[in-house]
Amino acid sequence: MVVFLGIPLFVVVHGSLTTETNQFTFDNFKQTWDSQGYRLAFKNSLILSVWTSILGAFFGTWLAAAVVTAKPGGMLHRITQSGSGVLAYFAGVPLAFCFIAALGQTGVVTVLLKHFGIDLYAHGFTISSMIGVGLCYVYFQIPLMIILITPALEGLRSEWQEAALNLGASRFGYLRHVAVPVLLPSFVGATLILFGNAFSAYATALALVGSTLSIVPAQIDNALNGNVLVGADRAGLTLGMEMIVVVLIVMVGYWFVQRRARRWLR
Amino acid sequence: MTVSGSMGPFGQAELIGEMMEEPPPQSVPRRRGRPRIWRVTIFVLAAIFFFVPLAAAFKYSLQQDNGGYGFANYGTIIHNKDVRAPLVTSLEIAAISGAIVILLMLPTVVWVRLKKPRATTFMEVVTLLPIVIPPVVMAAGLEQFELNAPQWVIQHGFDSPLSGLIPFYVVLAMPFTYRAIDTGVRAIDLHTLVDASRNLGASWASTLARVVLPNVQTAVLGAMFLTVALCLGEVVIATLLLYQTFPVELIVLNHQQQAGASVALSMLTLAFTFLLLFTLSFLAQRRRGSRATRLL
Repeated sequence: MVVFLGIPLFVVVHGSLTTETNQFTFDNFKQTWDSQGYRLAFKNSLILSVWTSILGAFFGTWLAAAVVTAKPGGMLHRITQSGSGVLAYFAGVPLAFCFIAALGQTGVVTVLLKHFGIDLYAHGFTISSMIGVGLCYVYFQIPLMIILITPALEGLRSEWQEAALNLGASRFGYLRHVAVPVLLPSFVGATLILFGNAFSAYATALALVGSTLSIVPAQIDNALNGNVLVGADRAGLTLGMEMIVVVLIVMVGYWFVQRRARRWLR
Repeated sequence: MTVSGSMGPFGQAELIGEMMEEPPPQSVPRRRGRPRIWRVTIFVLAAIFFFVPLAAAFKYSLQQDNGGYGFANYGTIIHNKDVRAPLVTSLEIAAISGAIVILLMLPTVVWVRLKKPRATTFMEVVTLLPIVIPPVVMAAGLEQFELNAPQWVIQHGFDSPLSGLIPFYVVLAMPFTYRAIDTGVRAIDLHTLVDASRNLGASWASTLARVVLPNVQTAVLGAMFLTVALCLGEVVIATLLLYQTFPVELIVLNHQQQAGASVALSMLTLAFTFLLLFTLSFLAQRRRGSRATRLL
């Protein structure tokens, strides 16, 4: 088990830290940073991950809160749970195609909106743009947020609300002084995960646009399979290493936040 | 009792916790009053956001080349040989991975729980690694490895999509499967069951198969379902290593201007995965009802 995980990991770490002649070097990192294309890819990836994760986090929490207050164990819970699981973890490619069917050039929604005089594509919208891909990302970010935040929301005891209300707090006061501070660490932690998720996701972008999109995973694909330049292999591995570092930082941040989150939610 | 059971560092734990564990005791039943405006708002928004594309995709998938509506696009799954072959490959991968997961993970979890409780943290870290390493990076490493690998590795490993992908899908599924099975095993009195079985003369293998397995069958089934879902959906590694699996074929179809077919097949995939997880949520509930009697 460890072997199958270890081989690719070793190749990436080793490849990113050595030259063609197998000498130890940090040059690869410097080269990817000096390359305009890769810098742009990183910038795009970061921007994409930030806005999709924040949007996903807010709407996900909102929706999760609405579902949690419904009858526990009911149909709504079940459907939300299973649906979220499907969309968040297993749906990359099919999701992208549904999206194309809806908002692509000849998509159903696009055509429908044209009937009402709104031409999306006339205003520069395409599903292969950053906005388009990001919008599709939101389709798995929101469900993931629901999965992540639901336990925290369920941990909010109804006693706390009753206590606050009995002590004269308003509903808003309860939210402001009790619910939000208790939930904040979980919320931040989940948002970090959403960020990491968007950052490392590739399936959706691959299906929507292909490897030409300027985000880091696509650049890795390109560098390894595109045969554009000599030495691109190494650039691909180095980009991979850099991705691991980014995700690792996010993970560490998550651990810290999670420690705080556990304090109230037991 | 903790709220989500295993508060693992990543989402999978929560998903599985949700599905596998009993719901937290609700000290006060929530009152259902007048529907609040904020709830209605978000439900309407969510309905638009999530169901419009699905409905649109469904309509799109029904459009035929001749302009009429029908299920022709869904027929490709049977008629088109280029679709059928990758689908069979993917199903094979899913089935074998599911079996391997059980054969591998159940003994591992039991062994860690019984003999090496100290290794629990280590296992949790290892099982989380597949999430820290983005799939595309894993694929990149593999691809480079394949370029320089000795001939016999290529022949026995990478030449067939089955042997090339299954080990890595099993690894990728680890975060799901380890946690699912671990949650299940933690809920039973493993020590007593195993001791009793061993004292009565059962071998380790038969203890696992005939005592432990029936008691955690829901968890094991859950782990299998999640593995199957993952195998049917994974595309990044398969693409980078140039294998023809079902999701890869979906993308190829789309590039060949057969968007209708690829959307239709996407709908089928979504529906199938949803059904898997939906069934799982019912199984988890059934276990709750009968577990007490089964253990006593």
